Order: sequence, then structure tokens, then C-alpha cells
Amino acid sequence: MKKTVIGALTLASFGLPAMAQDNIEVTLGVLNDRSGVYADLSGEGSVVAARMAVADFDAESKGLDVEVISADHQNKPDIASNIARQWYDQDGVDAILDVPTSSTALAVADITAQANKILIDSGAGSTALTGEQCQPTTIHWTYDTAALAKGTGGAVTERGDKKWFFLTADYAFGHSLEEETMKIVEESGGEVVGSVRHPFPATDFSSFLLQAQASGADVIGLANAGGDTVNAIKQAAEFGVTQSGQSLAALLMFITDVHALGAETAQGLVLTEAFYWDHDDQTREWSARFEEEFGSKPTMVHAGVYSGTMHYLAGVEATGSTDGDVVAEWMKANEFDDPLFGKGYVREDGRVIHDMHLYEVKTPDESTGEWDLYNLVSTIPGEEAFLPMEGSGCAFVNES
Amino acid sequence: MFDLLGIPPQVLMGQLLLGLINGSFYAVLSLGLAVIFGLLNIINFSHGAQYMLGAFVAWMLLEYLGINYWWALILVPVIVGATGIILEKLALRRLYHLDHLYGLLLTFGVALIIQGLFRNYYGISGLPYSIPDQLSGGQNLGFMFLPNYRGWVVVASVIVCFGTWFVIEKTRLGAYLRAATENPTLVGAFGINVPLMIMLTYGFGVALAGFAGVLAAPIYSVNPNMGADLIIVVFAVVVIGGMGSIMGAIVTGFGLGVIEGLTKVFYPAGSAVVIFVIMAIVLMIKPEGLFGRNN
Repeated sequence: MKKTVIGALTLASFGLPAMAQDNIEVTLGVLNDRSGVYADLSGEGSVVAARMAVADFDAESKGLDVEVISADHQNKPDIASNIARQWYDQDGVDAILDVPTSSTALAVADITAQANKILIDSGAGSTALTGEQCQPTTIHWTYDTAALAKGTGGAVTERGDKKWFFLTADYAFGHSLEEETMKIVEESGGEVVGSVRHPFPATDFSSFLLQAQASGADVIGLANAGGDTVNAIKQAAEFGVTQSGQSLAALLMFITDVHALGAETAQGLVLTEAFYWDHDDQTREWSARFEEEFGSKPTMVHAGVYSGTMHYLAGVEATGSTDGDVVAEWMKANEFDDPLFGKGYVREDGRVIHDMHLYEVKTPDESTGEWDLYNLVSTIPGEEAFLPMEGSGCAFVNES
Repeated sequence: MFDLLGIPPQVLMGQLLLGLINGSFYAVLSLGLAVIFGLLNIINFSHGAQYMLGAFVAWMLLEYLGINYWWALILVPVIVGATGIILEKLALRRLYHLDHLYGLLLTFGVALIIQGLFRNYYGISGLPYSIPDQLSGGQNLGFMFLPNYRGWVVVASVIVCFGTWFVIEKTRLGAYLRAATENPTLVGAFGINVPLMIMLTYGFGVALAGFAGVLAAPIYSVNPNMGADLIIVVFAVVVIGGMGSIMGAIVTGFGLGVIEGLTKVFYPAGSAVVIFVIMAIVLMIKPEGLFGRNN
């Protein structure tokens, strides 16, 4: 008995310093738009979110030395690829976070798989990330075009606005969002009466709005993003689109966009989000801390970076590894229950399944503060919100 | 009722009118550029940033000081013009004897700095600015719903454009200005303070950009990139009209707005490039521009 105790003590005395040296070093790279159109909805806010996750996870006491670095990919796939390569090859980055703009996300996903690291994407929307161009090491956290189409497209059509006219940004993202939504509209018994593709980015939408007005549609679907959506809505109000009985459906809109428009102009808009700061006590508590550090309320992209980082760190802790395949496998095998997205899991193809919410923008009378902007209309369970894995075209899933 | 290429005439009328409204912005902005280039030989690449500055100053006046749109319409050009004068006095003045390229690079750099600063402080999503109460609502013209504010934009730009043209081409002050650019030494010998005149001219050109910014604030998103998106098109307008030609800038500004508007109906995907296609054609046939003087 005595011997064992001494033995254990000796082991411990050797073991303790050894364990301290064994701390796993983890470097997280937040790669997003820091100066362009998506800088407000991702940008520095995502870095703040990642740092908060590291602090909340209490990484240090769990034997993880975590460092968060960041870079601006300027929404350009070539720049994003170069940074990703340098990060993986030279700077010892283990996981890349955020990466808005689908084209950059797809480029980074390939490089990540080659390097056997992990991409936890929050900002991009393309379903191809977990579809035709899926990678075992890609985790797509927050939203995708299919979920937006399902939420907004389905809800608006079922509300009785059957005839749709699309105002579509003329590039890959706009086309894909338009296509996904058209499918949902037709499935829900609606009809597409026309569409027009506008240059990206565009300042003046009056001409396209006039065409939409002349089409006799019930609802104008805005398959664009950021400043384009803001301008289109602002000008629709000016041209009396809503007074003439047509409604608007913004297919991708973040709270920063609604904030930019103000409740006066944006009131009544229906939109789909994965996260809203005023959803429950937990989101309010987290968002208040975020606001204190960053100066404004978080978007769903920021929230996704936080949750994704939490789940990733849990994976690194549990497996004791930063190997991309190993951690990805753990993240897919273990469900998460976090304060921002609730219960959810990472599907085999990398699609994160969590609830999506349909919101309506408050009227200025209902709104009690500059960020008090949404009323919850309904919650779409994760299983229904996202595309099913069958038929997604993801090669490594279908093979097995 | 006849259709033109499948487009009903009501829609066509509406689009023509919209083109005229967009043309108003092109006209006021390209007018400022033309004044600056014509009289100072500076290619003012910070014009877009100064236009953005106009919209932002209008927003700040309202937000921080509660000064309404109508006062902003007068105050903003003065404030933005004053920043232009400072820029001229501190930097641009030293470049007049050098190649155009130096002025272009300097103003381009200034534009990047201004945009960067605003992006840093105000973000990229834009800020709300409402249409003044007196101009909200609109008129039903039968073929389209014309917002009152858009009508006002056309009226205000036409007045400003032709006022400017009149001063430069038809008054004694304008004659001095034109003479000073032809031969500054000789005009100076007549006892006219040429550097002061040139400084004020630059300030005026910049003030025009600020004025366009205030006009734009209620209808376009007030964000740091709003000028960068527009400036290239406006440069194309100036080249088509003939660098430095005042009347050319005004007429092509309105004209190209209309052509762009029509493209949005017949071939929307081409609306982003139509102005540049016209520019290429004009440069091939008449390199000095439609209204340019061949010197």
C-alpha cells in the first residue's frame, strides 16, 4: 500500500511537468472580409466571437494554448487561397473560421482538406460546401441558401403571396439563391411570373422595381445581399411598391442590414436567420457581452463563429489532437447543446443541423431600441430547414 | 396600343424618366469633374470620396446637430468645399506644373484614405437618412409612380448645372477663369489673383460633389463605398462628353442616364457596361469626346 502511494506520488511528480509541456497548441485563423461589403456582418466581430469562445471554453485550464489570428480575404478566392496556404504551411494554423463569400469558402475548403485541417464556415451561403464540393474536413455552421429559401420562400408563399418576381444579383450566389427559392415557391403552390438580373453591385434599382411592379406579382423576392438589398428595399419604399399591394421578401438579410435601413423603412419584412440576439436569456446574455467588447449587436455569422469554435475546442480537448480528420470525426459523432443555437449536430456531410427562425421586422412603434428589430414568426426545425443529405451530391457520403 | 420590342409604351416612358433622374447625378458629378479638369488640369479622383463625404456630412448634421435636409443642402457643399480648398492649398497646388498623373495619384490616395477612415468609424452597412417630409410621397403619372423626391432631384440638378454653365461661359468671372487657365501669367499681370481663383474653383468643383452627396443621401445607402461605386462611371461620362467641356458633361450626364435606363429594360445584364461600350466607340471615332475642343 505504502509503495503504491509513493509510486503514485513519484509518477505524479514526473507526470505534472510533463503534462504542462504537453499542452496542445491550437492556432485559429479567422479569415473573412474586413474592409468590403461583408465587413460588418463578419469582419472584426468574428474575431471577437472566436476570442470569446476561447475564454468561455476556459481553454487554458483544459490544457489548450489557443491563439486567434485574423486576415482580410477581400472576398477574392485567390487572396483567400494564398492566405490559407501560408497559414497552414508556415504559421501552424489548425482551423480556419468564418470565410464569407461562397467562392472563397469553396477555395479554402479544398486547401483545408489537402492540409488535413478544419474549415468551420459561418459566413458563406452556398449549399455546394456540403454538396457537390463537400470535403470531410468542412463544417458549414450557420446557414445556407437552401435554408433561407425554405424559410422565407416557403413562409411567404404559404401566407398567400403566390406570384413571385425575382430581383437577382447577377453572380453565382444570386443565381443559386434564386434557383433554390423558385423550387420552394413552386413546391408550395406558388408561381414565378418573372425575374430580372441586376449588375453586382448596383446602386439604382428603380428601373428593376418598375419592371417588378409591371409584372403583377404579389411579392418581389430579393435574391441579393448586403448593400444591394438595402438599396433595393429603400427604393421600393420610395416608389410605393408596398402601398400598391406588393410585398418584399429579402432572401438573405442580416441584422446589420436591417439596422442600416431602420425600422421605419424595413418594417414588415420577413426574413430567415439562424440567430437573433434577443431570442432568449442565453442569447441576450452572450450578446450583451459581445456588444460590450465590439460595440454593436452580433449577427448570426458572429454567433456561428462562436459556437463553431466552442465545438471545435471540445473536439480538440477530447481527442487530444488537432488532426483535421480526427477532430472532424469527433465533431460529427458528438452532438452539441450551446447557448446560441440550442441543441444541434454536425451531419456526416459537414452540414450543421440546428433550428432556423423566421422573423418579421418590427414597426417603429413596436421597436424599443435601435437593435430591437425582430418579432419571431416561427421556428423551422433543423431537420426541415436544411436539404436532406440524400441527393446532395456529396461524394464521400454517398460512397459509404 | 403599340409595343416596342415587346415593351409597352408606359413602361418605356417610366424608364426614360428614371434614366433622366439617374442622369441628374451623373450630370452634377461629371460637371464638378469637368470644371476641375477644364480649369485646373487636375484629374480629381477623390471626387467619389467627396460625394460620399457630402452624404455623410448631411447625416452627421442631422444626427449630431439636428440640422435638417434643407439646411444641409446649403451647408454641406460649403463644408465639403472647404475641405477641398484645404486639400488644394496643402497638396494639389504643388502639382500643377507636373504631369496629370501626379494629381491623379494624389487624389486617388486621398480618396482611399477618406474611405478607409469612414469605413473604420461607421462600418460598411450604411446609415439611414430619411426623405424630408415635404418631399415624401409621390405622384401617379398614369404610366408610373413618380416619387416627389426624385422629381426634386431632377429640378435641383438642372438648376445647378445650368447655373454653373452660365457663370463659367457667360459672365465676366467665368471669362477671367477661362483666361487664367489659358495663360495664368498674363492674367496675373492684369492684377488678378490667379492662385486664389484656382483654389476657389477647386473648392467649387468639390462643393458640387458634396451637393450631389446630399441629394443622394435619402435614396441611396449612405456608406463609405457609395462614391467608389459611382466614380468610374462618372469618369466615363466625362470622357464621352469631352474632358473639360462644361456643356458636354451636363448633356452627356443626362443622356447617358437615359441610355443606361433603357438598357435596363432591353438587356439588364448589359446595363453595367453600356456606358463603357459607348465610351470605347466615342474614343475611336472622336477621341476628344463629343463636345471636346480639338487642341
